[in-house]
Amino acid sequence: MTSAEVAGLALELKGAKEGQGEVPAASAGERFTSYDVDAFEVPGGREENWRFTPLRRLRGLHDGSAPLSGVAVVEIAGAGEGVTVERATRDDARVGEGGVPADRVAAQAWSAAPDVTIVTLDGDPAPLDITVTGPGAGAAAAAHLQVRTRPNASATVVLTHLGSGALADNLEVVLADGSRLTLVVTDEWLDDAVHVGAQHLSLGRDTTLKVISVALGGDLVRISPTVTFRGPGGDVELVGLGYADAGQHLEQRLLVDHAVPNCRSNVLYKNALQGDGAHTVWIGDVLIRAAAENTETFEFNRNLVLTERARADSVPNLEIETGEITGAGHASATGRFDDEQLFYLQSRGIPEDVARRLVVRGFFGEILSRLPLPELRERLEAAIEAELAVTGA
Amino acid sequence: MSTLEISDLHVEVAVDGGAKEILRGVDLTIRAGETHAIMGPNGSGKSTLAYAIAGHPKYTITRGTVTLDAGDGIKQDVLAMTVDERARAGLFLAMQYPVEVPGVSTANFLRSAATAVRGEAPKLRTWVKEVKQAMSDLDIDPDFADRNVNEGFSGGEKKRHEVLQLALLKPKIAILDETDSGLDVDALRVVSEGVNRFKESGDVGVLLITHYTRILNHITPDVVHVFAGGRVVESGGPELADELEAEGYVKYAGVADAAAASATV
Ligand SMILES: Nc1ncnc2c1ncn2[C@@H]1O[C@H](COP(=O)(O)OP(=O)(O)O)[C@@H](O)[C@H]1O
Ligand SMILES: [Mg+2]
Repeated sequence: MTSAEVAGLALELKGAKEGQGEVPAASAGERFTSYDVDAFEVPGGREENWRFTPLRRLRGLHDGSAPLSGVAVVEIAGAGEGVTVERATRDDARVGEGGVPADRVAAQAWSAAPDVTIVTLDGDPAPLDITVTGPGAGAAAAAHLQVRTRPNASATVVLTHLGSGALADNLEVVLADGSRLTLVVTDEWLDDAVHVGAQHLSLGRDTTLKVISVALGGDLVRISPTVTFRGPGGDVELVGLGYADAGQHLEQRLLVDHAVPNCRSNVLYKNALQGDGAHTVWIGDVLIRAAAENTETFEFNRNLVLTERARADSVPNLEIETGEITGAGHASATGRFDDEQLFYLQSRGIPEDVARRLVVRGFFGEILSRLPLPELRERLEAAIEAELAVTGA
Repeated sequence: MSTLEISDLHVEVAVDGGAKEILRGVDLTIRAGETHAIMGPNGSGKSTLAYAIAGHPKYTITRGTVTLDAGDGIKQDVLAMTVDERARAGLFLAMQYPVEVPGVSTANFLRSAATAVRGEAPKLRTWVKEVKQAMSDLDIDPDFADRNVNEGFSGGEKKRHEVLQLALLKPKIAILDETDSGLDVDALRVVSEGVNRFKESGDVGVLLITHYTRILNHITPDVVHVFAGGRVVESGGPELADELEAEGYVKYAGVADAAAASATV
């Protein structure tokens, strides 16, 4: 069988045939999902979806040895008109509408979370602050949060992760038809924290979802967002930044699953790394299934390595099963802040630490400028400055 | 009076399987109010001299001294300073190949540099005016302020951007490494005017490194040095440039070879 050339591809993909693409070791389309933790093997480290993660540092979240007896407190501020907050149980009919766990830690968190916080947004509510505080040093907890919109709602939510300890959680985002949500998710953990999170992002017909992720703190943070479309006309933008300093592991594993026609996805993640053993991992899977005609998708990952002995892994995968797409592109680039650039800036009188800061600020500017609330933007800019100061950058 | 004094400077670079000596005893003194031109064939070590003075990490000083008197009568040991300290002490190098710095806007870069060199952030209102004026003096499109430093600039744009920095950072001694190369006639005039404005701005000295004499029609040197084999082999007045124009560097080829031979003992 000869396959048709795919139209609308970005330069680097020109000439790709239908069904081609850089097909990952295991097709994202055949990914196993289950609510049952025992349906997943205990990861040993060789599995495709665990091979970048240092399992020893997971505090037992992956193999059942973590007691998950701690409590991650979920606090909600600014819940005025148009916001309903409920503490539901796992068997609530709405739970699971966002998606199904795709790895053992997510399944474990699903069954271990003491309750499910369901936040429903209707109309045009004021920006909502949700804070999740870790269970404390040495403790481990599971949590489950669902943010859902009513049809045609338009809302902004800022979800902040703070504190210490280990957290395994599921975040469901369920957009009803015609609604819009801007969601900011920050990982501002203390140094000891471990966070393994699954995000299940489900878009109804004619919806717009913007997610801006900011990963700064923690010892190990691994977030796996999965985007699915329930109807045509969905538009998702996922942007994120990560700043990994010495010894820190930040991992982002995205899957955008285009299974219906006329949807768009735009992904841009930027990581900066500084210090011995700083490690970032970015996996960007985009799947355009046969039915997903007129899909438009772009995904980019940029990494800036500021010092030696820091490592950025980046694996963009695009699987295309239809020839009828509007546009597609994917790219990743890892650059080094090199001696020549440093020399140039220093030769203009700029001290080394200021020079590094200048470069990082410039690098992240594109992401930070997309933050919706000015106070939030200022706060996160300050948090990044503080990170840079700590590492002596 | 500001003075840059280079004495018996020997410089090596690391190459596969050891070090290679490039500068072999450079002696040169540049005083405020003077313009020195260094002319020499490709590969004679002109850029190495410029980089070594600026403190580029690739070049190792094996012998000699470089001192700067910034006008206060105190001789500072340039070689003991970090790259940024040298710039703040009053040295400036317009590079032959300016470096692209992705992610950093030109506006942000210029302000950071001015803040560092002046010791305090320039007042925003006067600063914006100052930059605008300096850019228009050099026929630089105001849009360049928003572009990343040197990224995607043409060769000529990069050179103008170097002279823009010269105008804003106001050093005591400026070293211009082939700032004329790659410029068309109009750009050469604009850039030369920029350098002349700098010369007239006060108590400053200029070391103009060039391969061709044409820039010397716009910027008049007080002293011309011929550079060959990693050192100054002849010095004279502006007439020396005319002689080089007519006869080329052939005459100095032997000198270079002899120097090279004596260095590879
Ligand atoms: N970083 C370097 N590594 C190796 N060789 C170098 C390096 N820089 C300069 N050289 C060599 O030193 C010599 C002088 O170079 P350069 O100073 O650039 O000369 P010029 O500017 O006069 O053309 C050349 O032979 C060049 O190849
Ligand atoms: Mg040169």
